[in-house]
Amino acid sequence: MAAQETSQSAIFRHAFGNVLSFTVLLLIGVMAFSIRLFSVIKYESVIHEFDPYFNYRVTQFLTKSGVYDFWNWFDDRTWYPLGRVIGGTVYPGLTLTAGTLWRILNSINIPLSVETVCVFTAPVFSAFASWATYLLTKEIKGAGAGLTAAALLAMVPSYISRSVAGSYDNEAVAIFALIFTFYLYIKTLNTGSLFYATLNAIAYFYMVCSWGGYTFIINLIPMHVLLCIVTGRYSPRLYIAYAPLVVLGTLLAALVPVVGFNAVMTSEHFASFLVFIIIHVVALVYYIKGILTPQMFKVAVTLVVSVGMVLCFAVLAVLIALVASSPTKGWSGRSLSLLDPTYASKYIPIIASVSEHQPPTWPSYFMDINVLAFLVPAGIIACFLPLSDASSFAVLYIVTSVYFSGVMVRLMLVLAPAACIMSGIALSEAFDVFTRSIKFHLVGTTQNPQENAGDATKVTQNDVKSEKSEDTVKERSSRKSKKKDKENIEKPSLVSRVEKRLLVLPLETSVMAVFLVVLLGAFYVVHCVWAAAEAYSAPSIVLTSRSHDGLHVFDDFREAYAWLSHNTEVDDKVASWWDYGYQTTAMANRTVIVDNNTWNNTHIATVGTALSSPEKAAWDIFNSLDVKYVLVVFGGLVGYPSDDINKFLWMVRIGGGVFPHIKEPDYLRDGQYRIDSQATPTMLNCLMYKLSYYRFVETDGRGYDKVRNTEIGKKHFKLNHFEEVFTTHHWMVRIYKLKSPRNRIRGKTKRSKSQKSGTSKRSTRKKNPWQ
Amino acid sequence: MAAAIFSLFIFLVALLIGTSSASSSGLQILQAERQIELTSHIVRVYLTLKIENTEDAPATEVLLAFPPTQFDHLALVKAAVTVGKKRKKSYAPLEAKPTEQRDAPNGTKYYSVSLLKPLAKGETTTLEILYILTQSLEPFPKEIAQSDPQLVYYRDSAIVLSPYHIAHQATVVKTPSNNVESFTQVDPAQRSGSELRYGPYEGHGPYSYSPIIVHFENNHPFAVVEELEREIEISHWGSVQVTERYKLAHTGAKHKGAFSRVEYQSRPGGSGVSSFKHLLAVLPPRVHSVYYRDEIGNISTSRLRTNSKKSELLIEPRYPLFGGWKATFLIGYGVPLKDFLFESAPGARYLNYTFGCPIADTVVDKLTIKVVLPEGSKDPSVEVPFTVKQSLEKKYSYLDVIGRTVVVLEKRNVVPEHHVPFQVHYKFNPLFMLAEPLMLASTFFLLFAASVAYLHIDLSIRKK
Repeated sequence: MAAQETSQSAIFRHAFGNVLSFTVLLLIGVMAFSIRLFSVIKYESVIHEFDPYFNYRVTQFLTKSGVYDFWNWFDDRTWYPLGRVIGGTVYPGLTLTAGTLWRILNSINIPLSVETVCVFTAPVFSAFASWATYLLTKEIKGAGAGLTAAALLAMVPSYISRSVAGSYDNEAVAIFALIFTFYLYIKTLNTGSLFYATLNAIAYFYMVCSWGGYTFIINLIPMHVLLCIVTGRYSPRLYIAYAPLVVLGTLLAALVPVVGFNAVMTSEHFASFLVFIIIHVVALVYYIKGILTPQMFKVAVTLVVSVGMVLCFAVLAVLIALVASSPTKGWSGRSLSLLDPTYASKYIPIIASVSEHQPPTWPSYFMDINVLAFLVPAGIIACFLPLSDASSFAVLYIVTSVYFSGVMVRLMLVLAPAACIMSGIALSEAFDVFTRSIKFHLVGTTQNPQENAGDATKVTQNDVKSEKSEDTVKERSSRKSKKKDKENIEKPSLVSRVEKRLLVLPLETSVMAVFLVVLLGAFYVVHCVWAAAEAYSAPSIVLTSRSHDGLHVFDDFREAYAWLSHNTEVDDKVASWWDYGYQTTAMANRTVIVDNNTWNNTHIATVGTALSSPEKAAWDIFNSLDVKYVLVVFGGLVGYPSDDINKFLWMVRIGGGVFPHIKEPDYLRDGQYRIDSQATPTMLNCLMYKLSYYRFVETDGRGYDKVRNTEIGKKHFKLNHFEEVFTTHHWMVRIYKLKSPRNRIRGKTKRSKSQKSGTSKRSTRKKNPWQ
Repeated sequence: MAAAIFSLFIFLVALLIGTSSASSSGLQILQAERQIELTSHIVRVYLTLKIENTEDAPATEVLLAFPPTQFDHLALVKAAVTVGKKRKKSYAPLEAKPTEQRDAPNGTKYYSVSLLKPLAKGETTTLEILYILTQSLEPFPKEIAQSDPQLVYYRDSAIVLSPYHIAHQATVVKTPSNNVESFTQVDPAQRSGSELRYGPYEGHGPYSYSPIIVHFENNHPFAVVEELEREIEISHWGSVQVTERYKLAHTGAKHKGAFSRVEYQSRPGGSGVSSFKHLLAVLPPRVHSVYYRDEIGNISTSRLRTNSKKSELLIEPRYPLFGGWKATFLIGYGVPLKDFLFESAPGARYLNYTFGCPIADTVVDKLTIKVVLPEGSKDPSVEVPFTVKQSLEKKYSYLDVIGRTVVVLEKRNVVPEHHVPFQVHYKFNPLFMLAEPLMLASTFFLLFAASVAYLHIDLSIRKK
């Protein structure tokens, strides 16, 4: 009778638990979505920043022309006159996802615009990502930790910064793909099911489609496999989890045009193949060990090892030769700067010039993952109690991602899920201990100690049982190996018994601790909401400032782009620094010379050179590029700090890197960058200075630059080869037109020709590196 | 020589015969007074004709003649007749429609005005005619710099073109300012301030024409909406949603050379006088959820003022519009259903909405009005006080199954005078309102039912 009752209550508990966690997950999803809507509420439903505009444009093309045209798309609106093969050089995951979403919605007559779908893709996928985190953490440390980790991830500021509504960037879907791939890997590792292994390869394929960061997966998983083998944790499950992933995953990855043969030819992927070989050797060894007697096995080992060593060296030699034959040693610049953080600043100014490629500062850790930074160590410790295959993976994940985030601020994004998982585990374990202690004491006051001890065991037993049965319900279709079942039952119950005895804390302490942990969580929530609302929601194309007379909106960028799109010819070329390339093609629909896809350093250097040359030389370069309009961003009137004058040194550096006549010291006075009266004549005569400050002095009479907080050096000057055609309301964007060359008076040219035909030719060549 | 004289004679005879045949209706204009208003970019001509019938047969219609170039730019012709004597004078509108005449000299085009009652011999009547010309002011010089004023040409005839003999006539041309560069002298003609006075001229025969050019300064914003698409979507759940897509252009003298922001900002009166930076849209009262954006997002420079009579939306395009510059934008708003939808008979409803462009003082080259009727409505019919091109379309909006009927009305050359109500009648069964909620509810029901079923089905072959 009693047994029946307990079983019934167990069923009830189980059902209730399922419904509860389902509801909690749903709410987490809703929260993950809605916390990212601050940008829409505070600003508007608009695509943010730079790269999202390119993705948006590609998606527009995809929805308009279909997927086959998309693969073959040669874009002649950018990198004029080179153009760019978009279909073969983008990670298509994001655009295909949003395009499919749009198509489905339209086919059931929900006529959302492409823009709306793009704006809300990131929040939707962050809900998915938090659910994937739940699944992954549940595989590692159970449902409680899973729910906590999911809740933490739903609002971790680092991830919010890349996935607010409108931030339509690869990372938005890639983080989901990353976590989900890891989940499927762990799931396969725990179950040994080939079904999940196949799914894992598909998830990996999706990740490859979405983001260049897939190399992190294809290096981390082999590392984990190697770790398992080295620590003697090899099992057939490990083999099933890994071998199909490498084979299928590599094949699938090679299908993505942007990856193609890189999937087998670049060094980023070699680790996986090496481990693939190792795991086969190990599997073979285990197999042979199984059939041979111990003596025979020893003999075989000595034989094989000696032969194997030779073979290994041969293979290694071939690999090294292959790697050494390629100029960058088979590594792409970005990957190299990951391994050697000083690489980029030494050799590739174009990578170093991007702020998100800089190493992060300590405050940015606090800003982006907040209290998680303190919870992570606790989570790592929890992972070692007991150490399983899955938890060792989590530890490896956090350790590597901490390193990578230390190299590049952008990769903080990879750290965030790991930190959430670890903190989720830590918080969940802490709550577990505290609540159990409280329960122990509360029950202890009403009943005698012996009984309550038994009760406590029963409760924990029940917990374990319900957890286990939950597992079986979820995995009905998959066949679990008996061995694993046994492990599951035995290990946790043993552990819980040990824990129970060790970790019963005094009641007051536990209550205080629970209170403090809740406070910590509350602090985290407050910080996340603040970060989402204030720090990460600005779309950066429209700026606002609050002053005593209310909100002031600076919508100059779109003003300029709208002007370009309506009042210039469709085929006109617009030159600007590459930051504004994507926006110009997407919003103004005009051909640009360079854009944010910095694939051609020389081309960018040409534009950099033009902007740092004197007017005539710049005119020659631009004219040779068929440029009709030059666009500069100028913040001096309203105090917008990230304008072209502040970026100017990078233009000089990048230009000088290719065209040596541009020298950085010429623009610096005693190593200082300045634009006031102390500035060098080269600086005051370069095109960027002139275009930025043309007639600026007439605004206030003395030309006071609010960003540099100084009066400008050269105030009154004329432009001979350029003509101001548009300046936005707050002067933030200024557009100039190249004047057409003046008609030559016949006699004059003849004379000048006869006078200095040789010298002029040489001098133009010196000035204009493009001819 | 003789041959030349002879041919000239033949020509004169032919001319006489031609004119006599044209004026064979026997009407005569005793007095014609014309006032041409050139104050904006829309030319409004007020014409008062005092007509007498000189023949026995009663006249039922009066012809108005237009030169072909003017006819193409004619947006509207309105005619009215004065009824009653001095004190109780009132105007009765008359129908005016374009007609063809067999022997029209030099491709002259006509409008015929039908009189209320036939005009017997010797009777006189006075017609008040208003016609509106668009795009009839030609900027000259064609391109101006930022600091230049905008000068335009207006071409017309000093003498009213008419198929009838005109006994007395006079024309007054009103220009926006005193700055008149030049005007064609046709004696007697004189200028006083912003008024040019041509005439009085006596006894001109039919089809007399005397071309004049007035060259004057007109800094009025030449705002022309090249294309306007208004979509009026009726929802029986209580709202009419209006979306208006504009393609705006400044059709004045083209902007030449540099645009200097510092000059534009520091000398608002002296620089860019012919440019404009804001427009006023007059929307219905009780308007809600107004938005103003373009294809790249919200435009933050707009202001809405509402009162019980009307709502005024002051919109600023992203940048000031100089001659030749263009801009596109979109205005959307909702208005309460009960203000515009009425029940005419059980099951039959009609929408009463305003035709034309809500932006004040603009010309619309091509106006398309799409009235999206709710899903399941039948038998649409339209009542418009002037001719428009009509067609039907289908549109699939949120969760539609059979699609919504869209009534499409197209009209070219629309001026503010076209801002009059029109009606769309249709039949609608209120049960259709429930279709979409029911569909959604049943979808969710099926979803839950399926998940319940899934949880209870065990498809494994062997029992555990």
